[in-house]
Amino acid sequence: MRHEISILIIGLFVVLSTASITAGILSMRAPKPLSPTLVNLTQRINAWWVMVALMTVAFFFGRYGMTILFALISFAALREFVTLTHSRRSDHWVLLGMFGIVIPFQYWLVWTAWYGLFVIFIPVYCFLLMPAITALHGDTERFLERVSAQQWAIMISVYCVSHVPALLTLNVPGFEGRNLLLVAFLIIVVQGSDVLQYIFGKLFGKHRFSPNVSPSKTWEGLIGGLVASSLLGALLSFITPFSPLQASAVAFVACTMGFLGGLVASAIKRDQGVKDWGHLIEGHGGMLDRTDSLVFAAPIFFHIVRYFWTV
Amino acid sequence: MSKLALRTYTLLQTVTSVGLSAMAWAVTGVRPIWSGSQPSDRQRIYFANHTSHGDFILLSACLSETERAKTHAIAAAEYWGKSRLRRFIAEDMLSSVLISRTWTSEAEHPISIMLSVLEQGHSLIIFPEGTRNTSDELLPFRSGLYNLSMARPDVELIPCWIENMSRVLPKGQFLPVPLLCRVVFGAPVAVAPGEERRAFLQRAREALLALDPRPDRDD
Repeated sequence: MRHEISILIIGLFVVLSTASITAGILSMRAPKPLSPTLVNLTQRINAWWVMVALMTVAFFFGRYGMTILFALISFAALREFVTLTHSRRSDHWVLLGMFGIVIPFQYWLVWTAWYGLFVIFIPVYCFLLMPAITALHGDTERFLERVSAQQWAIMISVYCVSHVPALLTLNVPGFEGRNLLLVAFLIIVVQGSDVLQYIFGKLFGKHRFSPNVSPSKTWEGLIGGLVASSLLGALLSFITPFSPLQASAVAFVACTMGFLGGLVASAIKRDQGVKDWGHLIEGHGGMLDRTDSLVFAAPIFFHIVRYFWTV
Repeated sequence: MSKLALRTYTLLQTVTSVGLSAMAWAVTGVRPIWSGSQPSDRQRIYFANHTSHGDFILLSACLSETERAKTHAIAAAEYWGKSRLRRFIAEDMLSSVLISRTWTSEAEHPISIMLSVLEQGHSLIIFPEGTRNTSDELLPFRSGLYNLSMARPDVELIPCWIENMSRVLPKGQFLPVPLLCRVVFGAPVAVAPGEERRAFLQRAREALLALDPRPDRDD
């Protein structure tokens, strides 16, 4: 596995360096003051350096690193989601429980690989108990809206996100001890697809995909991004249990889900009247702005691998 | 106080102040939005909306370390002076200044206490609503703000809108819910020549309200 990880790190380093150099040359040639797009591009690339560095460190700590990193990502994402939605004073204990009980417990289930409870803890137990607690408080004002928002918040920020480190618990015959590479594959392909859609959209984008929801998504960006990231998936098949053809198919499904995740996230932001979820990552917005695609891709990717590749 | 005790005391205050600011950031990711004023080492009175015990911690977390060391929050002695522990937390750890709503002597007069802090060249954080507000409306301001400004026109009055803190730590709760918070610092407000007390307080209140970034809500 060392060998594959070294190749990935070198590859990412080359890609990011190329991006930084390109952005540097563009900025040098461009008239001053720089256009907001160019400033934002540089910020985004710089943030990518930091994110890749953090991921790499987490990788070296293996299962510990991944579980802790994604628990923290869930924390940041949940905080952004709950901040944006309506809550009342009587929701205080439910909200505290989401941060103080649901996140630690869900990641403990990931850690202990207790699959049976991991998949139903949030969609069954939390789904039923959280509104029960809210009802017991007796405050019925905008009840359905409040409990729905809470449910969505933990499904998106905790349940879906926790499927990324849960990949480490899968038992793929002939792939033992190398599950970290599945995590790397998913993240590189899905985040790569975001970047590729951005690039194709900026270069060739003409026809808006869904002007009501997200003005920045175009058909050209979508198609170019999906084709390119499927190719990227095939290229990365050497780190997976998949054949090149299978890898590109899996990448295609994951990236399509990722695209839909971005679309749904945009719809929620639009509904709440904000542009970004937060300001945690310079140039990108909040944690959910960066992970919305991963959130939708991770559970599907997890179940595809589990259904077709595990015993 | 002996030299060692004094040093320990200063160390305690620095550690608490850095620790609390770090905690405020970890829980709320607090960000200052300077809209109308800039960070400065000028002597100032920061006045803010008040919904939670966490308010002044959040506000001071937005100031630089040196500013924080010479900025004192004004707190109610009725609450913070009730027990030894509370008084220790308020005065020694958080270096806030206690004033009493039911003062008896001239030395206990809230305005004299606040003016004596200003005389040392320090800044203040005050909550002109006078109490933690549990309603959605900003309460009418008490006259302290006007009196302070008349006595010390050289000190800038900065309105500060603290966002979301009523959801993070509502009155009566002691465990905070992690939610993102911002503190919006507005342009300084000053008493105009000949301006009457009520008119000024109303104007200061509106200046603070204008910083609320929430769009008009239906709740």
